[in-house]
Parts: sequence; C-alpha cells; structure tokens
Amino acid sequence: MQKSSSSILSGKFFQKYLNSQNVVPFIFVLPFLISFVLFFIYPLFSTFQMSFQEIHGFNDVRYIGFTNYKNLLNDRFLSAIRVTMTYTFWTIVILVPLPVILSVFLNLKHVGASFFKPVLFIPQLTSVIVAGIFFRFAFSDTPDALFNTIVGFFGIGPVRWLKEATPTMFALVTLCVWRWLGVNIVYFLSALQSIPREMYEVAAIDGAGPVRRFLHITLPFLKPTIIYVTTISVYGGFAMFSESYALFGTARTPGEIGSTMVGYLYQQAFVEARMGFGAAAGVVLFFMVMIINLIQLKLFGAFRRGDY
Amino acid sequence: MDSISKNKASKISIILVLSFFAIFALLPFYFLIVSAFKPGVEMIRHGITLNPHFEKFTLDQFKLLFDPKESNYFYWYRNSLLYTGVQTVLGLVLTSMVGYGLGVYTRYKYRNVVFIMVLLVMMIPVEIMILPLYKEMVSLKMFDKIWGVVLPFAVFPSAVFFFRQYSLGLPLELMDSGRIDGLTEYGIFVRIMVPLMKPAFGAMAILISMNSWNAVVWPMVVLRSNKKLTIPIGLSTLITPYGNNYDLLMPGAVLAVIPIIILFMLNQKAFIEGLTSGSIKG
Repeated sequence: MQKSSSSILSGKFFQKYLNSQNVVPFIFVLPFLISFVLFFIYPLFSTFQMSFQEIHGFNDVRYIGFTNYKNLLNDRFLSAIRVTMTYTFWTIVILVPLPVILSVFLNLKHVGASFFKPVLFIPQLTSVIVAGIFFRFAFSDTPDALFNTIVGFFGIGPVRWLKEATPTMFALVTLCVWRWLGVNIVYFLSALQSIPREMYEVAAIDGAGPVRRFLHITLPFLKPTIIYVTTISVYGGFAMFSESYALFGTARTPGEIGSTMVGYLYQQAFVEARMGFGAAAGVVLFFMVMIINLIQLKLFGAFRRGDY
Repeated sequence: MDSISKNKASKISIILVLSFFAIFALLPFYFLIVSAFKPGVEMIRHGITLNPHFEKFTLDQFKLLFDPKESNYFYWYRNSLLYTGVQTVLGLVLTSMVGYGLGVYTRYKYRNVVFIMVLLVMMIPVEIMILPLYKEMVSLKMFDKIWGVVLPFAVFPSAVFFFRQYSLGLPLELMDSGRIDGLTEYGIFVRIMVPLMKPAFGAMAILISMNSWNAVVWPMVVLRSNKKLTIPIGLSTLITPYGNNYDLLMPGAVLAVIPIIILFMLNQKAFIEGLTSGSIKG
C-alpha cells in the first residue's frame, strides 16, 4: 500500500505532468474555477435567459421577449427600488460618520477602549433573524412596547411602527446600525492606529486644535477606509432583504413599506411562482450594482469588498 | 476652567457617549433573555416591554422547545452545527488551496485572470442569482440537502482573497528547500506552508463558520422540509403568530446566540480579527 502510492507519486507521469510548474498552479485554483463556472457564470447567464421567459414548471418554458421588463414598471417594484435606495442612503449617512467619531473617541487614552470595542462588536454575532426577532417585538405597536415607551418619554406616540412607511424605515435602519456599528468602528480603529503619533505631536506644537488635527491628519488617513466602508454599505444596502424579512416574517410587507428589490424578486419567484419575472428583477438589480461598480472603479481605482 | 479639569470633563463626556452606544449594543440581549422566560402570549399582547414583569416568568417554553412533538428546534440546532462544520472544513481546504496557488506561483500565466474572476464574484451580490441557482440545485438533486446548502458557497471568495494576501508574505525560499528535500509541490503546501498559514486558518475558520451559522437567504431558498432547516430559518418560520410559535421564538433565539457569545468572550481578539478580515490590508 505504502509502496504503491509512493510509486505513483514518484512515477514519471506524476513528475512530468501533475508536479510540473505549468500544471500545479492550475490544480491549486481548480476548485475556484469549477465553482466559478457552476455557481457563478452559469446562474448569471441563466438569470438573463430566464428574464426573457415565462416559466411554468421545468418543461413549460416560453420566450416572451421584453414582456417581463415591461411588467416591472409597476408600483410595487418602483416602491421596492425606492425603499432599497432610501435604506442604502440612511445606512451610509449613519454608518460612516458615526463610527468614525466613535473610533476617534476609542483611540484616545484611558477611555476604556478594551472594554467598549468588544461590547460594541457583539451585535455582529447575531443572525439577522435573531436581531429581527428582538426589533419586531420592541417595535410592537402596543403602547407599552419598548420603543413606544421610549418615544412616550418625549410625548410622542404610540407609533404604529411596522405599519407605516417612515417608522418602518426607521426600524430597518436601526436594526442595520445595531448589527454593523461595531464592525465599522473596528475598521476605522485599525486605520487610526496606523497614523504615526508624532504627526499629532508636531501639529499640536504648531498650535493646531483638536478639530483642525481631525480634519487635516485623521480624515485624510481614514479616506481609504471610508471608501471601503461606503462601498460595502452600498452593496449591503442594494442586496438587502433579510432585515425586512426578519421584521415582517414574510417577503411581502403591508403596503410594500418594507419590501426591497431582492424581497420583490424572492416574492415573485418563490411565493407567486413567476420565475421569469423574478429573474428580470434580478437583471435590473445586476445593472444597478454594475453601474455602482463602474463608478467606484472610476473614482477610486481598484477596490475590494469584504463579507456580507 | 483650567485645562486639566477641562480635559477631565471632556473625557467624562466621551465615556458617557461611548456608554450610551454600549447600552444600545447590549440591551437587546437583556430583553431577549428576559422575554424568553415569558409566555408567548405576552409578546402578542405587549411586545417587548421596559418592565420585565418577573412575576410572569416560567420555564415552560424551554420544555416545549426541546419536546420533539412540539417543535423541531432540536433538529434545527443539529443541522446548524452539521452544516456549519462541513462548510467550514470544506471551505478552509478549498479556499486555502486557491488562495495559496494565486499568491505563491508568481510565474503562473493566468494568475491575474483568475484573481480578477475572484474579485468579480465578490462584486456581484449572490441574491441576483438565487433563482437559477435554485433550479440548478433541483436538477443536481441537491435541493433540500446539505450539499445544496454547502457546495455553492464552499469556495468563499473573501476567504480566497484573504489566503492570497496572506500567501504573498510566505517565505518562498522554503519552497526550494522543500523541492531539494524531494517534496512534491503539494507536499510543500501541506507539510511546510499550511503550518505557516495557521493564523490565516484561524481567522478564516471564524469568518466562514459565523457566516454559515447566521446565513439566511440561501438556506431559506434551498431548504424546504422543516426538519432540515437551520436555526435562523427555523426561527423565521415562527415569526407568524400561529399555534405555539411565539412560545418558541424567544427562547429559540436566545439559545441560538448564547453559545456564540460565550465563544466570543473566550476569544474576542480572534473573532474581531476574523470577522473584519475583509478590510484593506497590504
């Protein structure tokens, strides 16, 4: 056994081909290539193909041209685009400046950073579903529910949180901020720690106050991280679905107030069994994301994406 | 006010701001735990309330949760552990191979082409492709099966990216000495390089397993039978107030997240590094 396997390994065929400098790198990347073809190129191509079809089961497929796309111009899908964009906008407006400020605070001496950093990070450990379960019931519209109690202190409410558009958006953004604030803080904090301390000391000697030091030293150093965090927030925002699903428990939300583009795609394809139509929604989303990609590439050169 | 006390005052206000956000981060856990001990009907009537109402506490829901006649929670938990374990091991093997191959073989002709393909996969949200992927799983007979959950995302692009970056820093002279010692290229990878890449494996194990444990969209599409669901998907089937759903929801959510928090507290640094390793490096 031992002998035969070692004779294969030292065999001519092996040494000449499988262990040659031309073949080895190919074999190392082979798992990716297989996965790329099977689980990326094929489904991507298929999405385009399906978007021109009407599909009733596996063998009943008809090409219907651009009909699916024409039908996409309906109020529900336009509302889904609006919800998606609004959500993306607010998550960026909050989840970039706020963690920048908090990470600058945490980077100061003797503020307890070693305690606050992990504590602020903990929400990231939850599934969006678990987070959604909390927020669903905290945003319950009964007068004694948590958020109604809080707004009650300010003489507002009770608010029908998950039944009206603006409060629903507030709930969705709150859920997202809760889960991602700590992660973004960690990103900014590690960027801050790469700034040489002497730069601040020199600036302080030159008489620059804290605000000027922030604007002229800190911000320029944080720029690549700000771009990165903005990029992943745009992606996260455009692909958002599970936050809404977790709050409402269904892909379709009352009056479409919380339905996103991916939510619409899911609802059409898996609940209403209109696969071709859902695929068309996917293609629209694909082009929107590609446009953002191109803008990013144009503005910032190469960029990298983290994990969703 | 002299500058020392002014400094002190600003430091205290900074700590107050940070404390506010720390409370914001932690309070949901407190409320989830408190609510887990209350009957589900309380959730329907009041939602989560500021007043914990300790007088209504009961352990009945936890009994329901693990009673196979009342809920499939035990199966969900087992499935989540199984899927996460398989996904993590398979993902580590495959992504480390690919990342290493891209990082180390600098004279490989198609190196940059493959790397751009990796970036392309990272750039396009999987949500766009869930329909054809779903149909593909049905044709490959992987629908509603563990391989359907695991295989499409086994070669996790962010992990490939990370292993590639890490491999760029490996000491390439060791490859030559390995060759002289008669090791094959694969032997060099397994015997010499993998041990050197241990920190990368640690970070990626956390990243992949957390992603898998908490995944929502794809498992929801590819799994159907209730007994095969993962914890998050199982819990999401309970969000509609039907039967004893709300009795199970809160304790189910708490038990899904508590083990992770314990692991996190034992090893905070590794978790934070692993989960944020997508950021700009090198």
